[in-house]
Amino acid sequence: MLKQTLAVTLMNLRAIPQRLGTSSVIVIGIAGVVAVLVSVLAMATGFHQTVANSGRDDRAIVLRGGSQAEVNSSIARDNLLTILDAPGVRKDAAGRPIGCGEIVTIVNLPKIDDGNLSNVTLRGSCGQLAALRPELKLIEGRLFEPAVRELIVGAGAAQQFRGVTLGSRISFRDSDWTVVGIFSSGGDAHDSELIADVDTVQSAFRRSLYQSVTALLDAPSSFAAFKDALTTNPTLTVDVKREPEYYAEQSKQLTKLLNFIAYFVGGIMAIGAMFGALNTMYSAVSSRAREIATLRAIGFGAVPVVISVFAEALLLALLGGALGAALAWLFFNGNAVSTLGANFSQVVFRLTVTPGIVVSGLWLALFIGLLGGLFPAVRAARLPVVDALRAQ
Amino acid sequence: MGNIVSLRKVAKRYTRGKEVVEVLHSLDLDIAEGDFVALMGPSGSGKTTLLNLIGGLDRPTEGEVIVAGEHIDRLSGAALARWRARHVGFVFQFYNLMPMLSAQGNVELPLLLTRLSAAQRRANALTALTIVGLADRARHKPSELSGGQQQRVAIARALVADPTLLVCDEPTGDLDRRTADEILGLLQVLNREHGKTVIMVTHDPKAAEYARRQLHMDKGALVDGQVS
Repeated sequence: MLKQTLAVTLMNLRAIPQRLGTSSVIVIGIAGVVAVLVSVLAMATGFHQTVANSGRDDRAIVLRGGSQAEVNSSIARDNLLTILDAPGVRKDAAGRPIGCGEIVTIVNLPKIDDGNLSNVTLRGSCGQLAALRPELKLIEGRLFEPAVRELIVGAGAAQQFRGVTLGSRISFRDSDWTVVGIFSSGGDAHDSELIADVDTVQSAFRRSLYQSVTALLDAPSSFAAFKDALTTNPTLTVDVKREPEYYAEQSKQLTKLLNFIAYFVGGIMAIGAMFGALNTMYSAVSSRAREIATLRAIGFGAVPVVISVFAEALLLALLGGALGAALAWLFFNGNAVSTLGANFSQVVFRLTVTPGIVVSGLWLALFIGLLGGLFPAVRAARLPVVDALRAQ
Repeated sequence: MGNIVSLRKVAKRYTRGKEVVEVLHSLDLDIAEGDFVALMGPSGSGKTTLLNLIGGLDRPTEGEVIVAGEHIDRLSGAALARWRARHVGFVFQFYNLMPMLSAQGNVELPLLLTRLSAAQRRANALTALTIVGLADRARHKPSELSGGQQQRVAIARALVADPTLLVCDEPTGDLDRRTADEILGLLQVLNREHGKTVIMVTHDPKAAEYARRQLHMDKGALVDGQVS
C-alpha cells in the first residue's frame, strides 16, 4: 500500500508542472490568505509585545482607584510623599525614594509619512527619571532640565513624527519646547513618548494634579508590602499594579481586536481560497481522469489515489502558506507603525512575525488544502473506471 | 487445455434515468487458455462491455464470470483490483501511458503492486521492453515516442507482471495500417510463442484475422464465431 501510495503521489506531483496555471490558483490564493493573517497577527503581536513588555516587575504604578489608565487617573500632589514613603520603595544613595509623580497629556505632531496630525503622549516626569527607568538610554543629547521647556523624544516617536530631531523646537500650548535628547527604551511603549519635567508640563497645561506615581521597589517581592500599605491607607484611594500587569491590560483590548480582525478577515479569505482549491483540484482530477482510471485498471487501489489527491492539495497549500508567510515576513516584519494606544495617543510598534504566527499561517493553509482536496479526492476514488478509460 | 474464461448466463443492464438498457443478454462464453480471440461487432453491440466483464473492470447484473478459476463477479472492489493486478494485462486504444513517466517507468507500474525489489522491477521492465523491441527507448517519455512505439510500451506494461490473459480494447484503433500490423504481429507472437491468452475487441476485420478465433456480437449477444 505504501509503495502504491508513494508511486501514485509522486506521479501526481510530477504532473504539476503540466498544470502550472491551475495549480498556481491554489498557491497564490492561499499565499494571499496567509499573508493577510500573518501580517495582522504580526501587528497584534508587535503591539502586544511593545506595550506588554513595557515595565519591570520591580516597578509599580499607582493610579486613582478605579482608573483603567493614566489618562483618566488623578493623584493629589499631597499624596506623592505618602506613596513614596510606603515600605518597599527603593532609596537612592542620598536616601531619597526612587519614584516620580507623573502626568501624561496629548500633543499633536505631524506624521512623517502623510503629514497628518497625530496624538503623541507628552509625559511629565521628575529628575529621578534615570534612576526610575534605567532601561531608558539617551542615544543623543542630554536629559531635560527642570523649569525649562525642554524635552526628550523616544526613538520610535523620532522615526514617526516630523520635527522632533535633536535641537528642533516643537510648538504646543502657545510655547516652544526644545528637543534636547533622543532616547531609546528598548522598543517599549515609552519609545513613542515625549518626556519633559513634570512641573514644567503641569505649569504649561495648567494642571496641579499628578496622574500616576511610579515607584522603583527594592525587589519584585516588595510589591505586596507596598501595595498593602497603600490600599489599606485610609487617606488614599488608589490602585497599585506591577508595571507589566498594567501595560498588559492596556494592550489587551487592541490585541484582541487585531486577533479578531486577523481571523475574521483571514477566515473570509480562506473560504474564497478553499473554493479556489476545490476548483483546481476538481480540474486536476478531471484532467487526470484517464490516468487515474488506468492505474485503477492495472490494480492500484482507491486509497493511494485518494491520498495522492490529498497530497497534491496539501503540498500546494503548504507552498502557498510558506509563500504568504515569507512575503509577510519580507515586507512587514520589523516595520514600524503606530496606532492609538490606551492613552488615546500613538504607540509606535514594530510588526513582529514570530515562528508561532508562521505556524498558525501554515496550519490555516493546510486546513484550506485539506478541505479543498477532500471532495476532489472522493471524486477521484469514485471515478467510473470504464468510462474514464475510453475518454480521449 | 482448459477454459481460462467461462461466462454463464451473463446479463448486463444499465439504468439511464428511468430507462433500463440491457447491453448483454444471458450470454454464455468459454475461452480456452492460450487462445487469441477477436471480439467483433458494430458499435453498441456490447463487445467492450463483455471485455470489461472478463477483465474485471465491470460486474455483471446477472450470471457468473469465472476467469482464471475465480468467480470474479463475487469479489469485493479491493479484491477485484488485486485480482486484476495478478491476472490481467490491459492494452487500450489510446495507450493510456503516464505522460510524466519514461517508457521504463510506465512498464514498471504494475510491478509496484508486487513484492519485487526496485532492481528486479527495473530488470523485468527492461525484459518486457526488449520483447516489444523498445529496450533502446526505455528512458524516453511517451511524448517522445510514435503512436506505434507508445502502444508497444503499453503492451510491455500489460505483460510485464506475467498476467494470465491480455485484454486489448481496439489496440490498433489509433494506428496506421503498417503500425497496426506490427502491433498485431507482436500480440500474435505473445500468444503463439509466450502462450499468452489474448482477448481483443476490434472493428477492423484485418486485425481480427490475426486472432485464432473471431467472435461476432450484435445487440448484446454472440451471433457466430469462426476459427482462423
